[in-house]
Amino acid sequence: MKYDQARWTDNSDDRYEPLLSEKANETFDIEDSPLPDDLTRDSLSLPDPAEPELARHYTRLSQMNYGVESGPFPLGSCTMKYNPSFTEDVAARADAAIHPDRPDSTVQGTLALCHRLQDYLGRIGGMDAVTLQPPAGAAGEFTGIQIAKAYHEHNDDERSEVVIPDSAHGTNFATAAMAGYEVVELPSGDDGRVDIEALEAAVGDDTAALMLTNPNTLGLFERDIEHVADIVHDAGGLLYYDGANLNALLGRARPGDMGFDVMHYNVHKTFATPHGGGGPGAGPVGVREELSQFLPNPHVRERGGNYEHYEPDHSIGKVHGFYGNWPVLLKTFAYIARLGDDGLRDASAKAVLNANYLAEQIEYEVPFGPFHHEFVASAGEQDAADAAKRMLDYGVHPPTTKWPEIVDEALMTEPTESETRRSLDQLAAAFNAVASDSDAELADAPLRPAAKRIDQATAARNPRLSWQALDDT
Amino acid sequence: MSFDVPDDLRYLESHEWVRVAGDTAKVGITAFAQDELGDVVFVELPEEGAELTAGEDFGVVESIKAVSDVYAPVSGTVTAVNDRLRDEPELLNEDPFGDGWMLKLEVDDESETDDLLSPDAYRDQIE
Repeated sequence: MKYDQARWTDNSDDRYEPLLSEKANETFDIEDSPLPDDLTRDSLSLPDPAEPELARHYTRLSQMNYGVESGPFPLGSCTMKYNPSFTEDVAARADAAIHPDRPDSTVQGTLALCHRLQDYLGRIGGMDAVTLQPPAGAAGEFTGIQIAKAYHEHNDDERSEVVIPDSAHGTNFATAAMAGYEVVELPSGDDGRVDIEALEAAVGDDTAALMLTNPNTLGLFERDIEHVADIVHDAGGLLYYDGANLNALLGRARPGDMGFDVMHYNVHKTFATPHGGGGPGAGPVGVREELSQFLPNPHVRERGGNYEHYEPDHSIGKVHGFYGNWPVLLKTFAYIARLGDDGLRDASAKAVLNANYLAEQIEYEVPFGPFHHEFVASAGEQDAADAAKRMLDYGVHPPTTKWPEIVDEALMTEPTESETRRSLDQLAAAFNAVASDSDAELADAPLRPAAKRIDQATAARNPRLSWQALDDT
Repeated sequence: MSFDVPDDLRYLESHEWVRVAGDTAKVGITAFAQDELGDVVFVELPEEGAELTAGEDFGVVESIKAVSDVYAPVSGTVTAVNDRLRDEPELLNEDPFGDGWMLKLEVDDESETDDLLSPDAYRDQIE
């Protein structure tokens, strides 16, 4: 299969699809305003395209983009799976568009659904109580660590440190720092997993929590997790589960059963909701029973057959408006309900099978393994970033590069459960073509996408942050 | 790949260099450091007159790959900063030991340089 991406440029061929303001600008007079003269202007320049011009503009931009609907997207740790479109239909239903200030008695169906989703997520994670309020995965982390902090403070137990493995997601470090903790970085062992001796040395009376992803960023299951949990618990700390890789365990293993006390769910990775990009998201948080009194306000519970909002006894307060981003939660619910127990088990099986199949097909060295949902290959003598640019020429999205730093020139690859064997073979062919390409071919890449090699240094040194700045050359 | 490690400088493990002459010192980052960072896009430096403490961070170097603190090799008062780096951060990549210098200090205690790495010791570290 050969790939050439649509490329729309202006007449000079050096600027992409012109901005709307360049294509169809109109100057509008501004009528008298009640505002003071020095705060107003006489006219305003605004794009005013005809509807077909507008539709073509955005279609052209989408043709110059690459998404999971264009081809495989194995960006490791991000879980760029395909979101089935029926979830959008469910969230777009008119009866889902209710005002969040309506009295509980008039929205019993909605609250029942929230309650049921809390229950589903609790059962999937092995947690006793779940809040749906946090608006993103990182917000879920922050909420979870705030709950851990509230728990220690409630027990008059002053603790100042959070322990995090060096392979952890950057958000873990940011979360601990935002919550006011000192970060203690834990070096990985030779097998890519938590080094028990290093953990014993790092954990103590000051440890508020250990934040852990399981399987970890290398796609390896932390086999000693129960021992890890004992070490942290014996020191009086809590065990935090970063749900980034939960799609590897769905229906097969539960963080709660491994000894985790608090966790967040990345609904965009584990279930089927759009990936961030600044739009609304959701990052529910699950906790053990003794932590449920600290959950954000409001929470939803059932009393005598009715559902209601309430404030938990020692709530950490609000982390988002109302009870979270409802349409995102509705998509999560729809996905879980459609798949059911068997479907969720099948999703995790495919996530693991796909990663291991692809790891076997590619010619780059793949240290460690066997894997769960992802693996980290090494580009070896090649520069991983150049190899990634070259993969674009073969019509696939490249993996995450140069991270984790445990593997040299890392190509962190996660095909996800939604790829078929055909698309995995297409991915493998792209990896293997790049592996045998010359350094010169890598340095010039990419040639086939709409955008060629981006000059990141100039873009960062001279950022133009508004369309008006385009004239400042 | 071997990097230039001038013999008339002393070094920190965190890849800063310092040239001490009497009670004045000039500070920058090494050729190895700029290569690890990649294209530098922004440099944050202290004001003239700022008091620096050996081993503590005095500024930030941002590249397309990373944002890194830079550390003071010796304690002292800032007497000059390299203003060219504000508009030409690429000087750190092009000439780290020359035009890419970061700041000049009036040194509090010259004996602090005894604790720094010799050129040979720094060469061993980066090889």
